Amino acid sequence: MPNNLTTSFQTDERNPDILHLKLQGRLDSITAAQVWRDTLNFLDRRSPREIILDASDTDYCDMSGISLMLALQRHQKQIKGSLEIRGLKLEFQKLLDMFDPAEFDPAEVLPPKRRRFPEEVGLGVVQLREDIRELIVFVGELCVALVLAFRNPGQVRWKDAFLVAEITGVNALPIVLLVSFLIGLIMSFQAAIPMRMFGAEIYVADLIALSMTRELGPIMTAIVLAGRSASAFAAELGTMKVNEEIDALSTMGLDPLRFLVVPRVIAAVVMTPLLTVFAIFLGIIGGAVVLLSLGFPLIAYVNQVLSAITYADFLGGIVKCFVFGVLIAGIGCLRGLQTQTGPSAVGDSTTRAVVSGIILIVVTDGIFSVAYFYLGV
Amino acid sequence: MNSDRTPLISVENFVAAYKGHVVIDNISFDIGRGEIFVILGGSGCGKSTLLKHMIGLYQPARGRIFIDGQDIVSAQGKDLLGILRKIGVMYQSGALFGSMTILENVRLPLEEFTDLPYPAIELTAMMKLKLVGLADFAHLMPSEISGGMQKRAAIARAMALDPRILFLDEPSAGLDPITSAELDQLILSLSRNLMITFVIVTHELPSIFSIADRVIMLDKRIKGIADSGPPQYLKDHSENAWVRQFFSREVAVP
Repeated sequence: MPNNLTTSFQTDERNPDILHLKLQGRLDSITAAQVWRDTLNFLDRRSPREIILDASDTDYCDMSGISLMLALQRHQKQIKGSLEIRGLKLEFQKLLDMFDPAEFDPAEVLPPKRRRFPEEVGLGVVQLREDIRELIVFVGELCVALVLAFRNPGQVRWKDAFLVAEITGVNALPIVLLVSFLIGLIMSFQAAIPMRMFGAEIYVADLIALSMTRELGPIMTAIVLAGRSASAFAAELGTMKVNEEIDALSTMGLDPLRFLVVPRVIAAVVMTPLLTVFAIFLGIIGGAVVLLSLGFPLIAYVNQVLSAITYADFLGGIVKCFVFGVLIAGIGCLRGLQTQTGPSAVGDSTTRAVVSGIILIVVTDGIFSVAYFYLGV
Repeated sequence: MNSDRTPLISVENFVAAYKGHVVIDNISFDIGRGEIFVILGGSGCGKSTLLKHMIGLYQPARGRIFIDGQDIVSAQGKDLLGILRKIGVMYQSGALFGSMTILENVRLPLEEFTDLPYPAIELTAMMKLKLVGLADFAHLMPSEISGGMQKRAAIARAMALDPRILFLDEPSAGLDPITSAELDQLILSLSRNLMITFVIVTHELPSIFSIADRVIMLDKRIKGIADSGPPQYLKDHSENAWVRQFFSREVAVP
């Protein structure tokens, strides 16, 4: 296959304002690259008023070739010169005639302007306000839906709720166990080293027991669930939104909140505290491994743990989890329902679900700490 | 250049199976240079499956598929890239990259595979968009234009590198009749002027009659080709009653 193109640039002997450009061979997207560069270079150095393009030996010319001719036409028009194309085969001529060089004015197709910084900040604030408004509306609607669900438990889609409970709860157990065990292990190991200087290694048990029950157990479980389940809810509902399934539900007269959100919230509210119990237990076991390796008998560790925590500590930790469960499921579903159109939309809502989920969990945890302090728990 | 008589695409003893279930059983056909070739058939007969095998996305259970003399089934690495350079594909849903503007979508293959200078790429991409009537929407994102427009943009992207063969999966679905007719004109003019070979999966009978040189009709029941030939001929003279019915019934009651 003749895959090459020879070009020659010749200025007319009698009139230097005339350029003879001859293209021989195959003008396609590969060969056109060199001609483009050469031509642009040539026209940069000197601008002949008249270009005569001899295309009688151009065997093949695809759109890249046509665009070269179009570019020449446009260039000559700008400098008020002329371009004559000789011997172009009829089929290629037809192709060239399909385009009007005036329509490809580069000024016309400038990309839209980028926003300036103050504008971006302003838009961000407006968006945040809108987001908070939607969050409040959603919380209200969710409360109504949950109250209705409690009044008529028969209306809740229990099958969905059990399925979600299995996916978010049972299937999340291994990762929750692993994370909390390792956190208990690492924390007590790190704490044991400085405490040893005071001969107080046994108090590592108090540290682990208290921190796992009151803070780390609940919050680590919640964060794992935010990453694992809130994102899944957002992606699932987001995909449904993109596929117009949510619209289909609404037009059938089924409230998406009752149909999709309530089962998920119920499942998450039940599963988060249960997972937290496991997390606390495994964290304490992690501490036990370290203390056993330091030579303490197991019974000493257990006694120390039992004397360190009270039922109030344990309940305080678990109560938080009910709230975390609502937050995780609620924010995941809300972000899913807020999904815009477009292929990156689902990814965006998943990210937003995890980010806002974690923020809400940490902020709520702070509020609980203050509340517990004043309540004396 | 190869002689014009050798087929550009040939499918030999092709068997497609999905999870052990045979969808298309042992078919062979050739597509000539410059032909507008339509794959037709009822829903679920494996039209799109056949197309996806022909562009190398799926591995056939048996058989070979030659594109310009090279077997796409066994080709790998550089050979496969060479074959892929010769084909352009428009997917049913458009499959535009959502993170890029329409223009960037069309520009991408040109930037990746040619040495054209920037103004050349820009102009060539704009010309393709002009051809499909989307020049004014070049700087919008795919999510900001309608489904029919996305489809046209996808055709522009498939044409970016001036391929020898264009595979179009349901090009006219989702387009209004006028745009669809314009698309037919575009296909005809590209076929005549650029000698592009078209392989089209479509249901649109009016469009088939105005553009198709040859049609193969897949039948789900026999898992093979019910009949093949020019559309008008099949409508009037096909020996297969089902094929005649398919053509005339739908034309009579559009």
